[in-house]
Amino acid sequence: MLRMAQHEPMTEDPAVEAVDLVKDFGETRALDGISLAVPAGSIYGLLGPNGAGKTTALRVMLGIIDPSSGTRRVLGREQPLDAAWEVGYLPEERGLYSGMTAREAIAFMGALRGLALKEGRRRADELLAAHGLGEWARKPIRNLSKGMAQTVQLLGTIVHRPRLLVLDEPFAGLDAINQARLEELIRGRARDGVTVIFSTHVIAHAERLCERIAIIAGGKIAFEGAVDEARDRLRPIVRLRTRSAEGPWRSAIPANARRERGEWVFELPPGGPEPLLKALIDGGAGIETLAIERPGLHDAFVAIAGDAAAAAMGDLGEPG
Amino acid sequence: MSLLRSAFVIARRDFTATIFSRAFFFFLLGPLFPVLMMVIFGSIGGAAVSEIERPVVAVVASDADFQALAEARRRLDEAVDPPAMITLRHVPPEPDSAAQRARLLAAQSPPVIAVLEGGIDRPRATGALLPDGTTVRQLRFLIEDARRAQTAPPIAEANVLLTRTQRSPGLLAPARAMTARMGQMVLFLLSLLLSGMLLSQLIDEKANKIIEVLAAAVPIDAIFLGKLSAMLAMSLLGLAVWTSLGAAAIAVMTGQSLSALPSPAVGWPAFLTLAVVYFMMSYLLLGSVFLGIGGQASTAREVQTLSMPVTMAQVVVFAIAASAVGAPNSARALAAVVFPLSSPFVMIARAAELPQIWPHLLAIAWQSLWVALILHFASRVFRRIVLKSGPSRPFWRRAAKA
Repeated sequence: MLRMAQHEPMTEDPAVEAVDLVKDFGETRALDGISLAVPAGSIYGLLGPNGAGKTTALRVMLGIIDPSSGTRRVLGREQPLDAAWEVGYLPEERGLYSGMTAREAIAFMGALRGLALKEGRRRADELLAAHGLGEWARKPIRNLSKGMAQTVQLLGTIVHRPRLLVLDEPFAGLDAINQARLEELIRGRARDGVTVIFSTHVIAHAERLCERIAIIAGGKIAFEGAVDEARDRLRPIVRLRTRSAEGPWRSAIPANARRERGEWVFELPPGGPEPLLKALIDGGAGIETLAIERPGLHDAFVAIAGDAAAAAMGDLGEPG
Repeated sequence: MSLLRSAFVIARRDFTATIFSRAFFFFLLGPLFPVLMMVIFGSIGGAAVSEIERPVVAVVASDADFQALAEARRRLDEAVDPPAMITLRHVPPEPDSAAQRARLLAAQSPPVIAVLEGGIDRPRATGALLPDGTTVRQLRFLIEDARRAQTAPPIAEANVLLTRTQRSPGLLAPARAMTARMGQMVLFLLSLLLSGMLLSQLIDEKANKIIEVLAAAVPIDAIFLGKLSAMLAMSLLGLAVWTSLGAAAIAVMTGQSLSALPSPAVGWPAFLTLAVVYFMMSYLLLGSVFLGIGGQASTAREVQTLSMPVTMAQVVVFAIAASAVGAPNSARALAAVVFPLSSPFVMIARAAELPQIWPHLLAIAWQSLWVALILHFASRVFRRIVLKSGPSRPFWRRAAKA
């Protein structure tokens, strides 16, 4: 029963690796062969609508629950709990002992990860002061607002200075100011070499923060790779406004081009911009404006995960 | 971080959170009610004297004489069935009667109150008896009845020549049985008092969603062990307070100390040490079961629903243990020792009745093993059912699917 911390050198890459993870809850398959690798020191996003399997994937990878099959390694350890003292985890369902003071709650969370209580209290005071909660340090959690309590839990997640930070829907419930603060905190940790994994159903956060993402839909990985890679799966979008409504130039734009607020919107044809421009000019389009845009992550998500998943994200999403 | 250190972190949090709460004051008041129950149950239990606790008289006599006495006893038993009637044990005479007498008076199992020699013609009793006490009077009555059955009237009045000794094991047996019962009762009431608290131990974590934070950081075994340890520390603190207050109350009210009470077989220091150890073991054993059961509950209402069957189960365990008092070497007692949940209750009774220490060491090791097993099993069940961890389908179904 005794589980000793291991102190052998860590492998640098990847920080988290999952191979063919399957998780069944009764007859429901929550994860269906998830495989991913999170490079050390990166900010990694787990995207997908609610119920896609993001939280289950994180819980399995952290060893909170065991998979039905498949393997995972966290910071080089086969048993994720062996690396617990180097990991910080903010669960989707936030929870603190309501009778504890803010500084004791942070110190306790540090102690769970091996930090001495005295040092935990010292760091808690520092962190609370740095995040504008210094005067609330000795107040019970029950007296704090929901946003404050959420910040306290986040500080408890980082108090032991983990090498891997796992945040499950960290932006949920935060106002715009605190969302921006959290984004900055994540960037700051990454600059210090910490690997950050977070799940979200708000694509804008992932687009701003992540270097790599995994898109989960229906318990499967629909895409795993760099954000640019996901975008590159789509052709650039052309937005065209012409003086002429009809004419030979119409044969130069794809048949599935759509009209949006007086503009034609369509994917750049395979030949590229030059043949398109020539055909438009020769066909007498009378170009007023022509813009070629790189597709956003949202478009890539729609293309990868499908309209249904995108609709679910859109319904639940928050303005980025 | 090691399992023990993780458990310590959990235990420290729980312990400080509990003893600095207002509820702890009420916890300290808790035993007032059980003390009342103990007084009531103690008087009921005291009345239920078993056959084995009746004073045993070793009869060193011929088969014929013993049969005559045994028949007389049977006739008397049929007529009145008094609970404190002496029990006769036949012992064939040996050449060295003095050595035989000394050995019989020193015997612990069964504890002999007196040795009767000389048959029904010239009866001589040796033991810690009063010349006009009930045992001597019963012996006289039995001898007269035996003579009456053998000869025609008139019969001579039976004079039992009595040699009094300072003390005999048989005289101590009822007092020790009472000590055994008291020890069992205290253990039972304490575990009854604490079981409700153990059932609800994980409610806070589940209601506040903290269980996820804990489970991500430390093994579930450590959470269970930590919670159990915190409650144990808290109850030992309570025990220290209650014991001190109780001892002070006895001293003030009676002007006597503990040493004035009948000494248990292992002596008071060893008995009190074993009482604390067996309290810990019974607490850990029952506690790990209750923690495992309570871990399945999500709300206070569910805990209340679970309380009734758990309390009934405790009563059953206590009844098993109580039935072994007075017969520490019987098959029933040994079975209750082997059954881990009743083992501490039976062993504390044994400490009051028999002087050997080694069975206690063995029992403590056995009980410790079961604490570890139950705790580990409870944590696995918690992971499987509450956290929905691990393969959800039985392996044969998974194999069939593959």
